[in-house]
Amino acid sequence: MEQVLFYIFAGMILVFSVLTVTSRRILRAAVYLLFVLVAAAALFFLMQFEFLAAVQLTLYAGGIIVLIIFSVMLTSHVSEKLEPVKFGKAAFAFAASAAGAALTVYTLLSYPFPEVSAAEIDTSMKRIGSELLGYQANGYALPFEVISILLLAGMLGVIIIAKRSEK
Amino acid sequence: MKPVFLKFSLYDFSEWIKSIHQWLIELAGPTIGHLLGLALVGTCFLLFTALLGLSVVYIERKVCAFFQQRLGPMRVGPYGTAQTVADIIKLLFKEPTMTKESDKFLFMLAPFIIMIAPFMVLAAIPFAKGLHVMDLNIGLFFILAVSSIGVTGILLAGWSSNNKYSLIGAMRSGAQIVSYELSVALSLLTIVVLTGSLQLSEIVASQADGWWIFKGNFPAIVAFIVFTIASTAETNRGPFDMAEAESEITAGFHTEYSGIKFAFFFLAEYVNLFIVSAVAATVFFGGWMPLHIGNIEFFNNAMDLIPPIVWFFMKIAVIMFLVMWFKWTFPRLRIDQLLTLEWKYLLPISVVNLLLMSFIALKGWHF
Repeated sequence: MEQVLFYIFAGMILVFSVLTVTSRRILRAAVYLLFVLVAAAALFFLMQFEFLAAVQLTLYAGGIIVLIIFSVMLTSHVSEKLEPVKFGKAAFAFAASAAGAALTVYTLLSYPFPEVSAAEIDTSMKRIGSELLGYQANGYALPFEVISILLLAGMLGVIIIAKRSEK
Repeated sequence: MKPVFLKFSLYDFSEWIKSIHQWLIELAGPTIGHLLGLALVGTCFLLFTALLGLSVVYIERKVCAFFQQRLGPMRVGPYGTAQTVADIIKLLFKEPTMTKESDKFLFMLAPFIIMIAPFMVLAAIPFAKGLHVMDLNIGLFFILAVSSIGVTGILLAGWSSNNKYSLIGAMRSGAQIVSYELSVALSLLTIVVLTGSLQLSEIVASQADGWWIFKGNFPAIVAFIVFTIASTAETNRGPFDMAEAESEITAGFHTEYSGIKFAFFFLAEYVNLFIVSAVAATVFFGGWMPLHIGNIEFFNNAMDLIPPIVWFFMKIAVIMFLVMWFKWTFPRLRIDQLLTLEWKYLLPISVVNLLLMSFIALKGWHF
């Protein structure tokens, strides 16, 4: 049962990610990307990493995709289509991605995947929260704070740029 | 038939559900049985949403009529009760029109995306003891995460219709939903500070000696008010129904939809209304937990006589009435007023409220 579901979601990810880059309508590409991200969230659910799955849904499906759709909506028209890619470019892109895929598959196949005997890892929300704010060894308090300051700086920058253009 | 179905009890569904599960597995083996169970749950939810749509639309029309001193639907069936059934039949037989210059694939897809989100959220809501499809560790976060997908459907519907009114409606609704999500999340977090868990069953269990709206002092009441306002805006209902403001932009993002596809948007709105009320009932009013006051035994026992599922639906009905009340009382806001309300008032209020609640929880001043 789980295996069947895994193959369904993996197939979805493969098909829709190819469609994302080959579609000539930009908003359709965004929707295919949405499917890819949702299927990835489904895989996380399947592995019972529920927190990660929900983060994937909020950030990517609910945040990034909405942002992309917003910007596409403001800039392009329904009838607009991207120009078909030239053959040389397409061939080069295909070769590059095939090489990347081959490298990944080779690494995956040659890695022995040793069996892990450790007890099941606790992935509950509480544990994640205390790890994120932990300042002992293996705590993530510093990166957490650095990222918060980065985000704050980004927000301030956006507000300043938006205000300036009003004059 | 085995005595499997005799275990039915209105007070605790877990035994009954377990026995149905056992029976299905005995009947068809573990894999097929499991699939049958999933199909059964899905069918239940489909029927439930259809019935919900029918009844809530009727109730809304009656409530609206009541506030406007009219009678509302009276002709079809006794007191107009069959009016919505007639409406559904009408919608089913209408021609599904299609604009010539629209992006047809996205145009067809949008209503489905809008319907999927509320269905996934329904699965996470505890209806009664044991009547709960997925009791996730991250329950409340899951609800927030999944409901944020719905807005994609609205944006797609507006854009793919290739109609200026649809586009304006979709832009408005996108801006509105993305901003009001923050207040919804912050006001729910205010209560999570007290429960210490996002799991909905634990949130309900933590209210066994009183609901959080009473136990949580002043900040809980503020959080409830903020949640009600913000979630009304998130479901695109009046006075925040800028996305479909009839008098300005015909019908907003679903202008070009007709027949059953229009019915999808309509149904999704009412299912979302139900979900918002259900989340409010679960987090602030104890979900299916009967009204308990501390350790007053005889009072608590008397309240326990009413089945939990009745409590749950009673609470939802009261909150829905509240939401309908202010839909039919206040005039529609302008889009800039709406964004001002969120960013300059609700968001600062809910951040301060969250801090206040954390302080109270730290000091142990709540009950």
